[in-house]
Amino acid sequence: MERGSSRILIWVLTVSFLTGAALYGQTKNKNIQNPQQDRCYTCHKEIDNMPVDFSDNDVHRHANLACSSCHGGDPNSDDQEIAMSPGNGFIGIPKHKDIPKFCGKCHSDIEYMRAFQPSIATDQMTQYYTSAHGKKLIAGDENVAECASCHTAHSIMPVKDPRSTVYKLNIPGTCNKCHGNSDLMKKYNLSNNMLEEYSKSVHGIALLKNKDLGAPACNDCHGNHGAMPPGITSVSHVCGTCHASNMEYFNTTRMARAFEEQDFHGCEQCHGNHAIEKTTDEMIGTGEESLCVNCHSSGDAGYIVANKIKNSITDLKTRFEAATNKYKEVKQKGMNDVEIGFLLQDAKQDLIQSRTMIHTFDSLKVEERTRNGIQILSKASVLADKEIDEYYTRRTGFAAATAAILIFAVALYFKIKDREKKKSTR
Amino acid sequence: MPLDRRKFLNLLLGFGGIGGILAVFYPIISFLIPPRSAEPVVNSVKAGLNAEFPANSSKIIKFGRQPVILIKTEDNQLKALSASCTHLDCIVQYRNDTKQILCACHNGIYDLSGRNISGPPPRPLEEYQVKVIKDEIVITKAG
Amino acid sequence: MIKNIGSKLIYWIDERYDLTPVRNLLEHKKVPAHRHSVWYYMGGVTLFLFLVQLLTGILLLLYYRPGEESAYESVRFIVTEVKFGWLIRNVHSWSANLLVLFAFIHMFSVFFTKAYEKPRELTWITGFIILILTLAFGFSGYLLPWNELAYFATKVGTDIVGVVPIIGEPLKIFLRGGDEVTGATLSRFFGIHVAILPAIFSVLLGLHLLFIQRQGMHEPAHFKNLPEEKKKYISFFPDFALKDLLLWVVVFNILIFLALYFPWELGNKADAFASAPEGIKPEWYFMFMFQSLKLLPAHILFFEGELLGVLFFGIAGFVWMLVPYMKVKHRTNWKIQPLTIIGILIAAFIVIMTAIGYLL
Repeated sequence: MERGSSRILIWVLTVSFLTGAALYGQTKNKNIQNPQQDRCYTCHKEIDNMPVDFSDNDVHRHANLACSSCHGGDPNSDDQEIAMSPGNGFIGIPKHKDIPKFCGKCHSDIEYMRAFQPSIATDQMTQYYTSAHGKKLIAGDENVAECASCHTAHSIMPVKDPRSTVYKLNIPGTCNKCHGNSDLMKKYNLSNNMLEEYSKSVHGIALLKNKDLGAPACNDCHGNHGAMPPGITSVSHVCGTCHASNMEYFNTTRMARAFEEQDFHGCEQCHGNHAIEKTTDEMIGTGEESLCVNCHSSGDAGYIVANKIKNSITDLKTRFEAATNKYKEVKQKGMNDVEIGFLLQDAKQDLIQSRTMIHTFDSLKVEERTRNGIQILSKASVLADKEIDEYYTRRTGFAAATAAILIFAVALYFKIKDREKKKSTR
Repeated sequence: MPLDRRKFLNLLLGFGGIGGILAVFYPIISFLIPPRSAEPVVNSVKAGLNAEFPANSSKIIKFGRQPVILIKTEDNQLKALSASCTHLDCIVQYRNDTKQILCACHNGIYDLSGRNISGPPPRPLEEYQVKVIKDEIVITKAG
Repeated sequence: MIKNIGSKLIYWIDERYDLTPVRNLLEHKKVPAHRHSVWYYMGGVTLFLFLVQLLTGILLLLYYRPGEESAYESVRFIVTEVKFGWLIRNVHSWSANLLVLFAFIHMFSVFFTKAYEKPRELTWITGFIILILTLAFGFSGYLLPWNELAYFATKVGTDIVGVVPIIGEPLKIFLRGGDEVTGATLSRFFGIHVAILPAIFSVLLGLHLLFIQRQGMHEPAHFKNLPEEKKKYISFFPDFALKDLLLWVVVFNILIFLALYFPWELGNKADAFASAPEGIKPEWYFMFMFQSLKLLPAHILFFEGELLGVLFFGIAGFVWMLVPYMKVKHRTNWKIQPLTIIGILIAAFIVIMTAIGYLL
């Protein structure tokens, strides 16, 4: 496999270099200062024969590149025969299988690309040919995605532009144009409901619903130009780029080795892939929704550990919720809540960390964390109780004041009675 | 007898009256005395002595309701940044090996000036000003 | 010894300013004694509660900071950090509510005993304006803690002002200090609450009290027909004053009891972009108006229901203020006089609408 791919790579590089070199002299640097004087543009506009996806916001137009920069020909001639003659380097519409090279003639040339953006990457085409898409294209598959399938042909925009088809929020939709097509996917034995699953997943909700640009889109796990399904060892690397501690813990466990032996897929085995849901504490333990019981059964060591871990986490969680409720009450009552808030924040860290610690599958390590959290929570709880108590028991002072006022009032009452009596007897 | 009753009533009236006046004025006088933290909105916080704070380390300071991470770099520079990760509000930590600020929740990494350089955080950490006044570290909100 | 110093001081003042009128007033002022005498105390209690408001309000002013960024925080600071701050704030809130309640009771007792009749027309009118100002105090003060409930109640309240034709919209914008309820509204309400209203209020309250002292207490109708020896009075000073004091002390104790056991929650800070919390209700003394407006159909003939409601309350208030000038024939064969019936209907309307507002 190693050798096979490198051979293809060399082959691809050679081909692309040769074609690139051949085309270089003919079509490069034909950018013109004023696109309005570009005969290709003016004529095609006049006869209403522009590419269907043409956009004036295309990044190439902004870089003052003309139609002829890619398609060749002579943009200065009014005569169609001359302008679009192969003698003048006219290529026309490139064939599907030639598109990566068509784009790559510039995009793989760092000397040329540097002029536009000094630190631009030029390995996209090379990467592409290593991908499942790229390999199939070389093998003559007419359906697989090439550059324009994702980037469009004539409304290409930078990744950071929200209008771009490859802007983070738009990527799931862009991939789904092909991967959501059931007829097409059937040919490759792939499912076509990835977007649907992804949209319901914790990542999909974060990205598509909450617009959290930190959440991963398709390409964050699968790569973009080098797109292919992650292999068995790489999957935990992919997840581990964000969920670093989880990966670190998991990789050191016996479970990781056992998984490998059984040919289980690291994270995916428990968490799934596209439909990955927000984890719940029910996934651990031996309850109905538990994942541990898929392999462990009552009586074995793993079963016992699973229960222990579950209990520690549940204990911390219920205490955290109870303390949070008290905190809210303190806040509502207008008592001093600042310190309690800080303690809760600390305890929350412990809750998060102990949930991460589950991936050590070591009940002692989990318990160490939860115990720490519980200690903090009991402190918070005591403080909250004190505040709530204080709220209800400002009564001693009130009792004293009332006593004094009552004595005064009673004395005053009798004083008034006395005066009335005196008057009536007079 | 009626004389005794009158005297007794006057006594009660005096007692109750003074008690009542106390009950009114004690809270009022207490109210007038400035409380310990003199301001409702925190604008600055003291964070201990500079000399006792080792280089290449950090601590979390409570700035009102906001946790702030105070970092002393290897070359003894003080930095104060909001300690809540801009992604999902976890508390960040200073890694003294990589000299970066790390959020362990999703491996978000910030550099020492708070810029989000890797991982999911969408924004940089908010910066606070640090001053050392007579060796006492004082953190204030950046104006 | 204290007595000695006191009389010397009075002599010193008397020598310079001639205290005869004051002395006359204290010696000769008398309060009729009959079975409805209890209503004479209502004005006094209202006055006492106003004094409590004045004192606690000034105290709160020492720590309160108006402004979107500081109002809520400073009130939180008052109730959590300042010693007895919770007490002062809660007494201020409770006293405000009781003040409105007693002002209403005072007004209706005056109405039913016909104490507003000639020559006391102006006492009634100043009293009515004072009541309106009290409501304005309540409305403006409610927003100052800048919490969620207050924010939305103010929003709804000022919206209602906006339905009045022609002047409504400009008035609304004037009150809010802009199109929306914002920090600008808060500054405005603060200014109104602590400067503008107190200034007008003190003048009117001074007039109101002055009128009463000049004319003496109102005597009920049946007193006129009594022979001179059957008319019972108690002296204002010290008899009535002592009873007043007793009542004030009791009210004061109730006040701190309420402040302690039924404190006003601070709630969450106002957030203009949060959706309105459920059950937004105006303060109880606006409830009857709020509820009536809510029950009105959207359109009555060609007019908006709400508009008619607001106009109705405006006109009704105005008519109510001019009650002393209203000539209604005394009907000897009627058991209850027509004006009394109207008064009872109005009171019943207010009570029922308020009840519906809270129960539904």
